[in-house]
Amino acid sequence: MSMDLRRVYAIFIRYVYLVRTNAQRLVQIFVWVTFDIILWGFITKYLGGADVGNAGFVSTLLGSIILWDFLSRAMQGVSTPFLEDVWARNLLNIFASPLSVGEYLAGLVSVSIATSAVGIAVMFALAYVLFGYSILNLGLLLLPFICILFLTGITLGVLAAAILLRLGPSAEWFIWPLPMILSPFVGVFYPVTILPQWMQLIARVLPPSYVFEGMRAALMTGTFSAAALAAGFALACLYLALAYVIFVRTYRQAVRSGAIARYSAESFS
Amino acid sequence: MRSMRPVLEIKNVRKEYGDVVAVGGVSFSVGRNEIVALLGPNGAGKTTLINMALAVLAPTSGTIMIEGHDVEKERRTALSRTNFATVYAQLPGNLTVRQNLYIFGLIYDVPELSKRIEEVMTEFDLVKFADTKAGLLSSGEQTRLSLGKAMLNEPRLLLLDEPTASLDPSTARTVRELIRDYGKKDGAAILWTSHNMFEVEAVCDRVLFLSKGTILLEGDPKKLPQEHGVPNLEELFIKVAREPLSVTVE
Repeated sequence: MSMDLRRVYAIFIRYVYLVRTNAQRLVQIFVWVTFDIILWGFITKYLGGADVGNAGFVSTLLGSIILWDFLSRAMQGVSTPFLEDVWARNLLNIFASPLSVGEYLAGLVSVSIATSAVGIAVMFALAYVLFGYSILNLGLLLLPFICILFLTGITLGVLAAAILLRLGPSAEWFIWPLPMILSPFVGVFYPVTILPQWMQLIARVLPPSYVFEGMRAALMTGTFSAAALAAGFALACLYLALAYVIFVRTYRQAVRSGAIARYSAESFS
Repeated sequence: MRSMRPVLEIKNVRKEYGDVVAVGGVSFSVGRNEIVALLGPNGAGKTTLINMALAVLAPTSGTIMIEGHDVEKERRTALSRTNFATVYAQLPGNLTVRQNLYIFGLIYDVPELSKRIEEVMTEFDLVKFADTKAGLLSSGEQTRLSLGKAMLNEPRLLLLDEPTASLDPSTARTVRELIRDYGKKDGAAILWTSHNMFEVEAVCDRVLFLSKGTILLEGDPKKLPQEHGVPNLEELFIKVAREPLSVTVE
């Protein structure tokens, strides 16, 4: 089915209107990333000054934080505008219109592109201005890293929306920590090799682990595995396709059960 | 030449939730320039039918066609010719009147959108609230906004679930006139649920009495009461609601 860009734009501009008229929504795009950069910037500075570990590893910490925050921002870029529809009890108006599920999700993704781009730009700038750290040192490698993390963030966002659609608004508490569940496995702060074997096996099927391993290798040894990055990218694409299928199935189930028709806060558990 | 087939065709539509039958094999149609009221007590299945026509609830069996397009199989085409207003689906309160109309105008692919928004705001007396957030409007103003959104794309099929429930008598009359005028537009059809028998009698061409998921009565709202030995539609409603077995299907 063809995608009508006007409808995708409708979902995008709706969020722009909300952000433009509400300072809290605008601030939440910057505030957490700002605190994360300040906190981890000083931790990195302390570890570097205290001569803890090797210098290359310490310098990757801030880069890891920036990239991990970017993934979380990408996820929230999808889940937050979906929650706006939940909070405004707007799902019936949305799904009883000619808007397709694909167009709706594309609209949410377009919001995510905008908000995560703003978020990462702020992180880049703060890290450079406050701590003299430039993740741009990674050069062109940054592109595949960001691409894989963005796809993973979008995947988590679509899954979060599916969870909300399936379980109802009360499942909101469950979706925010989704990136946290992944973080121990993907080696954000440490090499995957220090994990027990079963965790390493899980890490192997999680795209972000290829990014963080690749970033460490590039910064500490100057080399990286293009094949591993390609595998990470392929996995990220596969999971995004699976997340889409899961959302569509959840939506169809909600249409069969009547969940969309009666979707409003506290209307079902 | 326009097809003579009805705008809305509901054929043997049934909806079950486990052992509970919400709608049991209902068939009816709404023709062009026809305003049909779906009447019945709470829980009769009226909203279930409207939700199924809007493709947000799948029937267990049966088909729903809008201008010849199957709502399930050709959802987008069918819904682009449809719109709705219900008391339980207000527009987002955190957007202004104009923003809401603009967003839904884009979603319904309305041509010359800015001009159409101005027309709708004028028609529903919303111009002075154009830049007011919908959540700050009174319930009557919010209903007018919902109706404005419902007519934004000039739908062939307009589904209205108790559209005048929160309006004062004067505004309700104005809204009824607007809806009645809309029903006279080129090829438009309206399916309306209401508990206000006065307005049903004043506006609708035909009524369908629904009880426990089945249609018990159908006919002209001005003639049906006399045919069943009651003075008016309200008395007929009460009779159908309390003693559904005492009336027969026409």
